[in-house]
Amino acid sequence: MGNFLTSSSIGKKFVMSISGCFLLLFLIFHMVMNATAVISPEAYNVICAFLGANWYAVAGTAVLALGVLVHFLYALILTFQNWKARGGVKRYAVTKKEDSVSWSSKNMFVLGCIIVVGLIVHLYNFWYNMMFVELVGQHQNAMGFAPTDGASLIMYHFASIVWVIVYLVWFVAIWFHLTHGMWSMMQTVGWNNKIWLKRLKVIANVLSTLIMLGFAVTVIVYYLKSVGFDFFGLISW
Amino acid sequence: MNLTLKIWRQKDAKSKGGFETFKVEDVSPDTSFLEMLDILNNDLIHEGKEPIVFDHDCREGICGMCSLHINGFAHGPDTEITTCQLHMRKFKDGDTITIEPWRSSAFPVIKDLAVDRSAFDKILQAGGFVSVNTGGVPDANSIPIPKKDADESMDAAACIGCGACVATCKNGSAMLFVAARVSSLAKLPQGKVEGARRAKAMVAKMDELGFGSCTNTQACESQCPKLISISHIARLNREFLKAKFRD
Ligand code: HEM
Ligand code: FES
Repeated sequence: MGNFLTSSSIGKKFVMSISGCFLLLFLIFHMVMNATAVISPEAYNVICAFLGANWYAVAGTAVLALGVLVHFLYALILTFQNWKARGGVKRYAVTKKEDSVSWSSKNMFVLGCIIVVGLIVHLYNFWYNMMFVELVGQHQNAMGFAPTDGASLIMYHFASIVWVIVYLVWFVAIWFHLTHGMWSMMQTVGWNNKIWLKRLKVIANVLSTLIMLGFAVTVIVYYLKSVGFDFFGLISW
Repeated sequence: MNLTLKIWRQKDAKSKGGFETFKVEDVSPDTSFLEMLDILNNDLIHEGKEPIVFDHDCREGICGMCSLHINGFAHGPDTEITTCQLHMRKFKDGDTITIEPWRSSAFPVIKDLAVDRSAFDKILQAGGFVSVNTGGVPDANSIPIPKKDADESMDAAACIGCGACVATCKNGSAMLFVAARVSSLAKLPQGKVEGARRAKAMVAKMDELGFGSCTNTQACESQCPKLISISHIARLNREFLKAKFRD
């Protein structure tokens, strides 16, 4: 049974689907966690302390890294094999996108690459200044914050319009990836039919939009706070 | 209609090939696309040149022999048809039309616009059948089949094996073809019994022959002359994964 996950086309797609689903679940958790930073920076920092250099948080991070690695490696392998199967360098001179085909579905690898670049930058901005600082036994990061002071780190980065734009672009790429990925992962494991295809597409669009809006709101609220807007006292920390 | 044609010419499987430009004049809009190529070939023969090789047989959309990638679309810029059902009224006077052979490493070019699609036969030989002991003809009503299953099976069985799904897929994937065959048999009691073996054998052959994997773009479905739905691909995935996990 085991080797069909590495040798057969559907087996490899199954791994893509499961790892993608795992990353999606993490993304939802991460978004909800971030949203607490909008309501209360203190509550957010409690979560940050809880997810510091403890064995379970480090183990969780390792599993997550493995998930990204598997998804990325399989994406590389599948994309290369698919490029070869289409004819490699012998390609059509003229191609057009069929009307019913979504742009995302044809650009999952490109979108994934944007996500990876964003991820590396993001890990440097946050993980390196938080969990990593704790792991190497220091009590302060380069910005002078405690490694568990996630809220200050958010404020530090998103006071800059450049970071705001970079992150928003990143979110848009993830949004595109998910609008296709979310129904595609169900189709890949066989949980789809003519009726559910339409429903799954709606669910994928709605859920991707909610998730990515959640992330965007946190970034934008922190930016507006940094320029002195206090949301008419509604967000009054 | 007067048209400029940019047609892929390739001497044999080994040579490199390239585009050659031709003019055809006074073509009626009611001419079929393949008749238009016949007219061009007639001219070429009269001029003592070699005619362009392209596949065709029934010319009524049922055999699956005609192919061609026309202006960026498998079977040309119309839906629900094969190339033999495409007519020149789909184009405008003065148009330049680019005609290419189907591109997939599992469908190598034989000559000009003709490609070798015997890979599909090999996939069918691997499992696209029901092993029956042919005795006497049983009574048609002796095996009751729900209408819904019979319909779904027939929808899948409409596949004519033309290969447009492979030609149009950015991954050169044969999943729609394989799914149609697996699905049409899996939905019937006679085919169900060998469902697991069939799915595994056909997918293994498909992979071995160098077809790509499915990324669910739905391009195949949009270009399929018989509108085979990707819901059959979901069923193939289900059949295959169930069979593998049971092993
Ligand atoms: C935020 C992180 C990510 C999430 C939540 C995610 C989610 C998903 C999901 C749910 C799928 C659908 C699986 C399927 O079609 O069966 C998918 C497919 C895919 N992902 Fe990701 N992904 C992420 C990051 C990446 C990265 C970093 C790459 C690297 C290039 C990547 C490349 C791909 C590719 C090529 C596909 C295949 C599309 C297909 O076969 O249909 N993804 N992803
Ligand atoms: S020639 Fe038979 S389907 Fe076109």
